[in-house]
Amino acid sequence: MLKIFVTKDNLPNLVGRLMDGATVLGPVKEGEAHRFRPLKKAADLDLSYQNSRLSPKDLVHPHSDAMFAFSLKKDDPEAGILKELPRSADKRLVLGIRPCDAKAFRLVDVNFLTDTYRDPWWEARREATVLVGLGCSRPCRSCFCTAVGTGPFDETALDVLMTELEDGYLLKAVTEKGEALLRDAPQAEAATDERMQKAEGIAEEAARKISKPFVTEPIKDKPQTELFSAEFWEEVQFACINCGTCTYLCPTCWCFDIQDEVHGEEGVRLRLWDSCMFPLFTLHGSGHNPRNQKLQRVRQRFMHKFKYYVDKYGDGPACVGCGRCVQYCPVNIDIRRVVAMMSASCVCPT
Amino acid sequence: MKNPYLPYPVRIQEIITETEDRNLKTFKLVFLKSEDEAAFSYIPGQFAELSVAGQGEVPIGIASSPTEKGFIMFTVNRVGKVTTYLHNMKPGDVMGVRGPLGNWYPWEEMKGKNVVIIGGGFAFTTLRSSIVWMLDPAHRGDYGDITVVYGARNPGMLLYKEELVAWERRDDITMHLTVDATDDPQWKYNVGFVPAITKEKAPSSENAYAIVCGPPIMIKFTLPVLADLGFPPERIITSLEMRMKCGIGMCGRCNIGTEYVCKDGPVFTMEKLSRLPNEY
Repeated sequence: MLKIFVTKDNLPNLVGRLMDGATVLGPVKEGEAHRFRPLKKAADLDLSYQNSRLSPKDLVHPHSDAMFAFSLKKDDPEAGILKELPRSADKRLVLGIRPCDAKAFRLVDVNFLTDTYRDPWWEARREATVLVGLGCSRPCRSCFCTAVGTGPFDETALDVLMTELEDGYLLKAVTEKGEALLRDAPQAEAATDERMQKAEGIAEEAARKISKPFVTEPIKDKPQTELFSAEFWEEVQFACINCGTCTYLCPTCWCFDIQDEVHGEEGVRLRLWDSCMFPLFTLHGSGHNPRNQKLQRVRQRFMHKFKYYVDKYGDGPACVGCGRCVQYCPVNIDIRRVVAMMSASCVCPT
Repeated sequence: MKNPYLPYPVRIQEIITETEDRNLKTFKLVFLKSEDEAAFSYIPGQFAELSVAGQGEVPIGIASSPTEKGFIMFTVNRVGKVTTYLHNMKPGDVMGVRGPLGNWYPWEEMKGKNVVIIGGGFAFTTLRSSIVWMLDPAHRGDYGDITVVYGARNPGMLLYKEELVAWERRDDITMHLTVDATDDPQWKYNVGFVPAITKEKAPSSENAYAIVCGPPIMIKFTLPVLADLGFPPERIITSLEMRMKCGIGMCGRCNIGTEYVCKDGPVFTMEKLSRLPNEY
């Protein structure tokens, strides 16, 4: 696959070229945090970021998305009939996404693109999106990607992997889409052996810096009923305030709600992010609620990611080790500690 | 591939008030487009999302049988926002149906077997579908004895009363109707809870499957009776309810452990449920 080198001075020209062919989204500094936004100009891109506070999952699975429209007008012969809305399939390029966040899209594909049903919104946006990832040469202390089957330079979910060198970026095509992107890059220089060796060294050094706080293998062998009834959930759930921050920040949390919204005589059926942390999530019309207690909801989140998903799809876990939930949990619930308890394999974070 | 979230437009043809408390109504629905009716090809045990524009959707078991052509039928308990709105709709109104969804009772596996159907209260909807389907001349020969135990709080709370009486008169199905209590002198069937009547009538487990649907308390006390009669857990089948949105295994809320009730269920054997967390 094609590899090129672009100096830092020349990067804006490359970004400008990419912007000619697609909407380019990248990390943009907003206040104290970075967020993936459509670039208005190449200079908006800030590749010096560590990671975005919100995961880029909303690029494919927005917080709120109109599914259908309907009329409730009395004289409309089509009143009450839901109508499909045009699904935008504009070409988009996500520049500078972290390999872990890209991997998250792969993990969520399994939920939305199945043999029996395909989610048309997820599918359209996934197909229209090219992922140019930026390897993590300076991982955060809360990162644990290598413990969950990915890594700071994992290219498996990317079209292009970028490695930052002192004077520029090494860009490596991973897919045909990525190759096409690099083929006519302006001011590209050769990816010399020296540069490639440097990039490899950076990747290895980064992987070494990342803690491996648990091993997941023992979880596979335990029956789900045994893990479900483990005593440690009582302690894990104690401090949780069910705020849902973990699920909103998580790049692999995909749960959603469907609601109708009516303005006057027109309405839309919307899908909206939802969270297993909220009691309403599972409340029956009858008043019965299988996850009425906080313990049940907290347990569901961890069990889903590290047990149910793994058992169901033979893949995963459904976690990429980005560490957002660790950083932003207001009561310091640490997924690394919880998974260590689940696997009874505590290799405590260093 | 068709958008799995888009309901088929249907018209309400008829609304039947089933129970004396008026909380259960049966909706007979007709597809606006005949090709949609052909596409909505279902098997007893499946459910669908009933959709009312501006109100939302509710997952409801299909009460009609695929052998009944020209309409589909749902019996809806009035409990929440959408079902209350539905109860106030009128024949002729347009709404939507999305499905069929979920799995079904194991009709292939049960061929050549006796089938014992045990139902309680308003959980008799997909059981009605199953009975009508099995009694159809095209399928009756595929199954052995059909035994039904069906109970409700009192005679006025039984669903499909006319059909129950008609099935009573047939000789190719054994009916055991029961009510928890009644002072109705006209009531000529059993009085007692479903588990007790099941025990009393003792349907044989030999070469037989049991399908049990009802309130959790009924299921809880019926299971030991069936075990005593010799039904192994893999031949006791039930259908579960959960809060649902997508109905296609994507929105994340209806799981019991690894299984989504909407897609991997709603029909489960007791053997399968015994290997899942007790969270339903």
